[in-house]
Amino acid sequence: MIAELGLALLWIAAALACLSLVAGILFLRGGPKDLGALVRPASVAQGVLTAAAFGLLIALFVRSDMSVELVARNSNSLKPMIFKVAGTWGNHEGSMLLWLMILSLSGGLIAIFEKRLREDTLIATLAAQAALSIGFFAFLLFSSNPFKRLPVAPPDGQGLNPLLQDIGLAFHPPTLYVGYVGLSVAFSFAVGALITREIGPAFARAMRPWVLGSWIFLTLGITAGSYWAYYELGWGGWWFWDPVENVSLVPWLAGAALLHSVAVTATRNALRAWTVMLAVIGFSMSMVGTFIVRSGLLTSVHSFAVDPERGTFLLVLMAIYIGGALTLFALRAGAVAEGKKFALLSREGSLVINNLLLTTILALVLLGTLYPIVAEAMGEKISVGPPYYNRVAGPLALILCLVMVAGPLLSWRKDDGKRLWSRLPLAIFAGSAVLFALILFGGKVGILPLLGMTVAGIVAVASLAPLWGRNLRRTPLPTWGMVVAHFGVAVCLAGMGAESAFIKERLVAAAPGDDIRIGDFSVKFVGVKPVAGPNYTAIEGTLVATSSSGTSFTMKPEARTFPGLMGTAPTETNEAALLTRPGGQLYAVLGQPVTGDDGRADRYQIRLWWKPLVWWIWLGGGLIAVGAALSMLGRAQLLAIWRARRARKAEERFAP
Amino acid sequence: MSKTCSTSSRSPAKAGVQGGKVRRGRKVALDPRFRGGAWLLAALLLAATGMFSSLSLAQDRLPPAPYAYQQLKDPAQEARAKALMEELRCLVCQGQSIADSDAPLAGDMRHEVRSKIAAGESPGEIKTWLVARYGNWVSYDPPFDAATAFLWLGPLLFLAIGGWLAFGRFRRGASDGEDAA
Repeated sequence: MIAELGLALLWIAAALACLSLVAGILFLRGGPKDLGALVRPASVAQGVLTAAAFGLLIALFVRSDMSVELVARNSNSLKPMIFKVAGTWGNHEGSMLLWLMILSLSGGLIAIFEKRLREDTLIATLAAQAALSIGFFAFLLFSSNPFKRLPVAPPDGQGLNPLLQDIGLAFHPPTLYVGYVGLSVAFSFAVGALITREIGPAFARAMRPWVLGSWIFLTLGITAGSYWAYYELGWGGWWFWDPVENVSLVPWLAGAALLHSVAVTATRNALRAWTVMLAVIGFSMSMVGTFIVRSGLLTSVHSFAVDPERGTFLLVLMAIYIGGALTLFALRAGAVAEGKKFALLSREGSLVINNLLLTTILALVLLGTLYPIVAEAMGEKISVGPPYYNRVAGPLALILCLVMVAGPLLSWRKDDGKRLWSRLPLAIFAGSAVLFALILFGGKVGILPLLGMTVAGIVAVASLAPLWGRNLRRTPLPTWGMVVAHFGVAVCLAGMGAESAFIKERLVAAAPGDDIRIGDFSVKFVGVKPVAGPNYTAIEGTLVATSSSGTSFTMKPEARTFPGLMGTAPTETNEAALLTRPGGQLYAVLGQPVTGDDGRADRYQIRLWWKPLVWWIWLGGGLIAVGAALSMLGRAQLLAIWRARRARKAEERFAP
Repeated sequence: MSKTCSTSSRSPAKAGVQGGKVRRGRKVALDPRFRGGAWLLAALLLAATGMFSSLSLAQDRLPPAPYAYQQLKDPAQEARAKALMEELRCLVCQGQSIADSDAPLAGDMRHEVRSKIAAGESPGEIKTWLVARYGNWVSYDPPFDAATAFLWLGPLLFLAIGGWLAFGRFRRGASDGEDAA
């Protein structure tokens, strides 16, 4: 019954999306005002119903209803509850329903909260959002029905990929999806504003909190995903320049560019066409990313829910939406004046360079990701990986960070070089100090990590400069947000540089009682013992790490074996043990048993890494998200909206 | 060792030798419609007929080759080997370098790389040797040639076009051009 109800709710929600679209179009073409009044409630109802359908799908997973094909294929009654719930979106259909739910809820949220846009622009925006969701409703209902029943229910399900049976699954995909799909709001705003030709500071101010909001989630999602891959994949890598990572980075870059350009439009009424263009690009990149990940077009370490046949459907949808938005943009571009001009050495000037660099990085990441596909079609098989990205994107990113040093210190319209220079000595001193320290004491450090840490030093000091000489209590929230986010970039950069430059690795076949030296630690391999988890068995190793100061820590890495369920093959995974210290992390993995030269079989492969400052990478990512959140709180003016609403309600109450 | 090696779970031969034990089996890998299948098959054939034939058949029965999970004694040599391994693609995995894969083939390639470095070969020579056998696919660092010219020059082109477009936004001279279109 639950499955049928869920499907029915999806159909009703799809019908409401059609209603919003049709009513919106008729209203905008001069139809009766009542039609326009339908759009808001229809959008809200669509959001609520889709969310309810998603809730029902979770209920099916929780109840382990094996008569539903999706549950039977991806769940198992023995699985711990948290993974039953999270398993809902650990597969193609469930993740697409999550995608659609966020798309619909975004529309509902615009309908409830957006009060600053002109009524017709708002309706055009909601109609655009409805048009987006109709395509994805069609995709879900016609080719990926999550509620499909099996003719005969199997006794139990096939279980969830053990690699995904981790708390990371509960947080990473939903967070990333909120970010990905949240950008649809910016897309719809852009389309709405193009339709009604209302592009200016008011439109930019209305759009800004939504952009910030989805970008916060994108940042958190990417940061969490990076940490998850780091501890789960068992080799300690935190960024692989893998296609799936790249397609999550691309919308993030577009979002970063957009939230800076929208600041220029909101404050100075400049860069109007560019802001609209970026808003279109942002969600387009989300769709491209979804398509690449879902279609299995590229091989990746992180693809867990792939279906090539549905790729074509997504490709068509994508072509319609991106093509439609770009056509609209081309038709209206003439009507969108670029806005006010400004000097190169000004806040706007630095933000334009920021946008130039961000979009160049975006383009080259996309180029590197798609190039192997195109090359293969032309008969060349090539791989594009870390060496390419580090060499090409690395320098651009460092230049971008230097622009970030200058930008916040410049004033709008125009500024002069001497004034900028006079604010920089401390930052330059910090950078030089880092550089000299690294050259003198750092040993052999690669050029990119060396420059990275130097720039991190400069940015760390310079990012705080906008607070100097200010009354900290009166500093507006968005300024605090900017400072925290830029400081986060420095922290992240320092972590990346230190980890790449000073990582220590030890791979050994150790017998119980052996001591392994790594970094400042002496690690004793005590032994192994079998343990049983809720749905796996494991060999648990015990390592005692003693630091140079004499403190001991016990680490317990596991090699797990998940039994094959309902005819599937068994799977092994490694649970790394992590020891977080102020100076970095010790990362331990227990590998296969090996036979020593003496023929004894009690040795185990043990992999150890000392990763200096590695956790700064994710701390930095977190700080960037916190900064964006502060900025959003400042910009959304939630308090002001709430007050205005209360005043209006009071007014209505006394109206005759 | 959680990264998947798809072939080990796809190849009946390997699965058979491993007694049905699948390393890191993954849904993608088990999906027969998976598009990469053709190329994985090609890689398998390559592995079966190519220079790894003896190694890859042997490694399923025998413990991993010594240098698959063991570092070189000389730190300088190990650093060179490590740098090279990070640039080499694990041919049967999904987007991983041989430096961070648990696939048996990746282990064999690590052993190959470390042995050759220990024998005094330069990373460049080893890479040339591998590329000659497996094509450019094996290297994450694409060479600069006719096929990859746009890959390497594209970013410069983007920067140039973007810079040219952005330059038009700046006010030239002292005139305060408000609202120029």
